[in-house]
Amino acid sequence: MTEGLDKIVSIVKEKFEFDLLRSEVLVDFPTIVVKNERVVEIISYLYDHPEAKFQFLTTLCGIHLPEVNQIVVMYQLHNLITNQRLRIKTFLPVDNPVIPTLTTVFPSANWMERETYDFYGVVFQGHPNLKRILNVDDMIIFPMRKEYPLEDQVREDKNDAMFGR
Amino acid sequence: MTTMEEKAIVSDQYYKAEEKQYSYLNLGPTHPATHGIFQNVLKMDGEVIVDATPTIGYIHRAFEKLAERRPFYQITPITDRLNYCSAPINNIGWHMTVEKLLGIEIPKRVHYLRVIIMELARITDHLICNAVIGVDTGALTGFVYLFQHRELVYEIYEEICGARLTSNIGRIGGFERDFSPKAWEKIDKFLKEFPGVLKEFENLLVRNRIFMDRSIGVGGISEEKALGYSFTGPNLRAAGVDYDVRVAIPYSSYEDFEFIIPVGQNGDVYDRFMVRQEEMWQSLSIIRQAIEKLPDGPFHADVPDFYLPPKEEVYHNMEALIYHFKIVMGETDVPKGEVYHSVEGGNGELGFYLISDGGRTPFRLHFRRPCFIYYQAYPEMIKGSMLSDAILTLSSMNVIAGELDA
Amino acid sequence: METGKIILADKPDGLEGAGFFATQLEKVVGLARKNSIWPLPFATSCCGIEFMATMGAHYDLARFGSERLSFSPRQADLLMVMGTIAKKMGPVLRQVYEQMAEPRWVLSVGACASSGGIFDTYSVLQGIDRIIPVDVYVPGCPPRPEQIIDGVIKIQRLVETESLRRRDSPEYKAMLNHYNIE
Repeated sequence: MTEGLDKIVSIVKEKFEFDLLRSEVLVDFPTIVVKNERVVEIISYLYDHPEAKFQFLTTLCGIHLPEVNQIVVMYQLHNLITNQRLRIKTFLPVDNPVIPTLTTVFPSANWMERETYDFYGVVFQGHPNLKRILNVDDMIIFPMRKEYPLEDQVREDKNDAMFGR
Repeated sequence: MTTMEEKAIVSDQYYKAEEKQYSYLNLGPTHPATHGIFQNVLKMDGEVIVDATPTIGYIHRAFEKLAERRPFYQITPITDRLNYCSAPINNIGWHMTVEKLLGIEIPKRVHYLRVIIMELARITDHLICNAVIGVDTGALTGFVYLFQHRELVYEIYEEICGARLTSNIGRIGGFERDFSPKAWEKIDKFLKEFPGVLKEFENLLVRNRIFMDRSIGVGGISEEKALGYSFTGPNLRAAGVDYDVRVAIPYSSYEDFEFIIPVGQNGDVYDRFMVRQEEMWQSLSIIRQAIEKLPDGPFHADVPDFYLPPKEEVYHNMEALIYHFKIVMGETDVPKGEVYHSVEGGNGELGFYLISDGGRTPFRLHFRRPCFIYYQAYPEMIKGSMLSDAILTLSSMNVIAGELDA
Repeated sequence: METGKIILADKPDGLEGAGFFATQLEKVVGLARKNSIWPLPFATSCCGIEFMATMGAHYDLARFGSERLSFSPRQADLLMVMGTIAKKMGPVLRQVYEQMAEPRWVLSVGACASSGGIFDTYSVLQGIDRIIPVDVYVPGCPPRPEQIIDGVIKIQRLVETESLRRRDSPEYKAMLNHYNIE
């Protein structure tokens, strides 16, 4: 697994030496952390690079880290020919989570980015239709952020004493 | 496909020139023809669809948020309700994700038993989809035939775990009990009876002139577009890409079995139907192989922190009582880590991206839901086709609302 | 049970003689309504799959005169709500209910429709009885087809014994007002 990561790291370093912040193998998955303003450039570079050819976007999601006040956007790419996978992470500040859109490279990123916007409020610049997808349009919070509760707040029939909350 | 798109563009220009107006048709969210709650606002030129705007989220249940508040073993029932047509695959996929995080060695027998369950689940999933394609082309008979025999699979589940549809099958580390002789008997009965019914169903549709006319060349998608839209599963294979997680990244000893990946050519409704049909035959063959090669051994791994001890021991053994208490109260901690595990679900690559911060619940759990990802290609697939073909395309994509909205 | 034997519905109590049978109109109407309920399946998730099994040959809801699914709410007698109703879906469900003609009954199938089930989350309606009145609740997640059939039989009993004037009564109107319907 590490040789896969080393190869990817060397490919990325050819062009983006200063934008690659960290690289490691998590269980069996090569992961690199890159600067947020360059993430789409790097992905599109890896898409075209003849030795990388990461041309399949497996998934994309957000992660909220309340302790450092940051939101992570995680991309998972897959090269279906060599069966090499890659996870790319990038960190954004919670107050202003703005990142360029990936829809220019992968059409499938469209709804995944909308979902991430819906859950975490990450603004994908250049997205053709960035609005809520799963929740109701008039929702004002971004529910997957850690500070918001899971439960329905309008519920009255719950006796907290009984549930030990 | 391109000709259809051209047709839509030409008619668009024609309408602009003639200053005619399009009609808009609201399909859904509760429409009998859509098999689930999807809303599509269709821009229509007579009977031809010019554009479609899908709206989803009508059964958004906040699975990912819910999973952050549940101990690991309590997440299994949530995964049941993702793609409820093949719930056991989701359960077992989740168990394997946690096992990967914990780094547990799983006995070979568990792998084989899991393969049997997962392939049965794949059969039920594909069977619903194909039966519904039949219904949408006007062949209700096939639906009745297949549903009668789907009950046989449910009886097997009941024998193994006690539930029918949302199975909550297995535990982290293996199964709660070995398959009983009665379960084996039922599996044998299914393997004996089902091929005949499946063949009969095939005879009704596969070379049926009406069915072929309705489905060939309808709702097609090219290989490049399917990959761009991150299709996986039967829909991607129907478009001609042989990507199957079972072969690409084998899990649960899938490398021990011989099976082929059926691949289509045009990615249209007929190809998707045929790919699913052939996968059912392959699944039957995998089940037979697994039963033949089934090794002896324990039916669960030795993980006292996660696997409930037998009830007898809880009554008589101090340690077992402590473990029982810890597990039931959800007080077992897991190591820190970050794993991604994917299985070949009924609709494609079902992935679990799990971040654990060492606590009793996941820090973040993201489901890679194949339906959610490929349904966004739907407007593109139906552009330029007729309204009734759009319905057929939707049912042949097998979009499951639970998995779509999570 | 013998196969092929035609079973007639039991006739209501009444006065019988040569060439005539006298009973209350209510009972006749109840009998007729009971055995030809047209359900509107409002299936959203897992319970909908069990409903498909109920409609299939194995469990066969047709035995209770309910095989004619009415997909138009205007002509349905029974609204069968099966599956989770999210808050986004709530207004749609209410609109469907409002479109149905009187007399109408509601069967809430499954834990999610009845109470929100395991999904005590910000996006799920905690039971459809917050927006529309419900006649019979069927527990289970999802309920077995037998349970769904049991729910339909319970609805049949309600239909059979319902007074013809119930829908005009002030109690019924007050109940609808409570839900802000009409």
